[in-house]
Amino acid sequence: MTTPGDSAAEIWPLWEVFVRSNRGLSHVHVGSLHAPDETLAVRNARDLYTRRSEGVSVWVVPAAAITTSDPDAKGAFFESPAGKNYRHASYYSKSEGVKHL
Amino acid sequence: MTSTITPDTSATVAISVEEQQFNDLIEADSRIEPRDWMPEGYRKSLVRQISQHAHSEIIGMQPESNWITRAPSLKRKAILMAKVQDEAGHGLYLYSAAQTLGATRDDMTDALIAGKARYSSIFNYPTPTWADMGSIGWLVDGAAICNQVPLCRASYGPYGRAMVRICKEESFHQRQGFEILLELMAGTEEQREMAQDSVNRWYWPALMMFGPPDDDSPNSAQSMAWKIKRHSNDDLRQRFVNMLVPQAAVLGVTLPDPDLHFNEVTQQWDLGEIDWTEFHEVLAGRGPNNAQRLQRRRDAHEEGQWVREAAAAYARKQYALTTTLEMAAS
Amino acid sequence: MSERINSDADSHADSHADDHGHADDHGHVDDHGHVAVDVTTLDAELIEGPSVATADVAEYALWLGDDSLILAQQLGAWISRAPELEEDVALGNVALDLIGHARSLLHYAGTASNRTEDDLAYWRTEPDFRSLHIVEQPNGDFAHTIARQFIVAHYLFELYSRLRASADATLAAIAAKAVKEVDYHRDHSTQWVLRLAHGTDESRRRMITALSDLWPYVDEVFRDNPLIDRLEGIAVRPSTLRSAFDAAIAPVLAEAELEIARGFVASGGGRTGTHSEHLAFLLAEMQVLTRAHPGASW
Ligand SMILES: [Fe+2]
Ligand SMILES: [Fe+2]
Repeated sequence: MTTPGDSAAEIWPLWEVFVRSNRGLSHVHVGSLHAPDETLAVRNARDLYTRRSEGVSVWVVPAAAITTSDPDAKGAFFESPAGKNYRHASYYSKSEGVKHL
Repeated sequence: MTSTITPDTSATVAISVEEQQFNDLIEADSRIEPRDWMPEGYRKSLVRQISQHAHSEIIGMQPESNWITRAPSLKRKAILMAKVQDEAGHGLYLYSAAQTLGATRDDMTDALIAGKARYSSIFNYPTPTWADMGSIGWLVDGAAICNQVPLCRASYGPYGRAMVRICKEESFHQRQGFEILLELMAGTEEQREMAQDSVNRWYWPALMMFGPPDDDSPNSAQSMAWKIKRHSNDDLRQRFVNMLVPQAAVLGVTLPDPDLHFNEVTQQWDLGEIDWTEFHEVLAGRGPNNAQRLQRRRDAHEEGQWVREAAAAYARKQYALTTTLEMAAS
Repeated sequence: MSERINSDADSHADSHADDHGHADDHGHVDDHGHVAVDVTTLDAELIEGPSVATADVAEYALWLGDDSLILAQQLGAWISRAPELEEDVALGNVALDLIGHARSLLHYAGTASNRTEDDLAYWRTEPDFRSLHIVEQPNGDFAHTIARQFIVAHYLFELYSRLRASADATLAAIAAKAVKEVDYHRDHSTQWVLRLAHGTDESRRRMITALSDLWPYVDEVFRDNPLIDRLEGIAVRPSTLRSAFDAAIAPVLAEAELEIARGFVASGGGRTGTHSEHLAFLLAEMQVLTRAHPGASW
């Protein structure tokens, strides 16, 4: 399932924009824009989403190229982690108070 | 708050699992995201509200851009340019949010220039003087911010996120307008008159930006139940006036409402009667600049058509070229 | 080189727009529509040096400042009229960069005669302006604006690259900031030259027309002037930029399959106050309000 918003009917396709706000941080989705191709998309992203020094790097991805999980299958898709408490450090209560653990 | 109004579920018919999930998310103050199931009415309300909001940002560029080339100092020119440019960005963020609901920007633009879509009536007023740049920032952006800050918590995720971004950028808009007026009020007699005259013209239309009174606002109750909207029109208007009164005192301007007075019981500023006939006239297309605003948007769009087509054609050619090269290489 | 922090305008102040009422490191917003603003460190708005410009240096700063000012004024007229919203924002950014350069340069020019940037922008008449004819050429259609940008941005990039080594510290500092910004303008216009040239038949026709309409004003850009002789080591000799300019635009024109029209060469004269017919109208509009209120501040 692709991400919502893309439409083949539009003259310029939709792009999703991700900005890295600082070195050491991940790129985070900030919004979208229209552009005829990837060269202008990345420039439009710079002009639109980093006017106030919000970023040091931008990614643009055609909205049509993003695959998302199916929200209708939400239950089945994201159920498994529930109950697997042993994946979390807080599960191991007996070691509480022991230093450097 | 407003949870006394129930969402539009029919009490007699058992509701579907999806609808129950939707209602639960709204009830829990969580967010609805693009691929979630949502009632058709919710989707339609959102598309209507978000696209109207986007159109307002875009049409709203015009009354101010009129003064970019005539700004009275280079500093003011730069500020105004940055401000109007921000509004283009706001329109763009909002069109994107509406687009996640299946409306395309091209369609929304077509509806706008065909005169089929609404936008905020305030932008159909003219800007005959420089002081209007001050009044728009102080009163119009001020009212917009009042409306918009609660929308950062709108139940539809992409709308709320767009509003967060917009509100961050708006923070300088109201201040720069206020400072334009402050400078004028500290200036020559002519400048002070210019400022007061402008406040006189923009004050009431700015109050009307919050929409009709609550008992005359057909879509409000449902929007509040769905948590698209968080406060009533009258509520927000009252808060705005409460903020304006002390600010007007700092400026030294008079708010053009002879009935405005402080109510000791409610600890609020009671305002005089709003003339809604004017509001409905402008809304019905009989304001001073409705035709001109749409014409200019139409011109920009139509004159840009060959550019948009050129870039699209170039992209197709480049794509075809790279695919051919890749095929040749393999 | 000292830089003054001018924090009263163009605030980069940031606010946190979320009305849950909690505070975080961005400040906070309460539920009453009040947007709290916190203090962000602001960069210098103008680049200023410790020195006062000599009459010759001031004249040179005026040349460069007027070019940026007139071009910014023209580009400002595009906002709300661009072919697409993304381009409104892009052209706005270019105009804002140029107005920043103009303000620093005019401010510096003004130090020689105790005048402010606004005295120079608003209270000089046409013969006292020093702009080149190419920046005075009207916006035309989008292709004309792009052709003008393509030529001017490439020239400015070569100019500021060299001016960074100026013996005048203020000019060098202004150039060091400006060169990065005009580098982007160069790229922006190049992208559009390619797209218009290879887009549709109509866009190609318009791009060819635009380039040939603007080309007569290119020679003036690289013409020397006695002032340059007096500013050896401080100013950049325009004629020495020509080969770098030609070399930079050649591959773009080749890829775009555009040829330079060899025809008219305008006699120019902007540097000595002889201007195109467009400038007077532009100045009338730019200065109208300020001149109606002598002595007022805004
Ligand atoms: Fe806005
Ligand atoms: Fe605004």
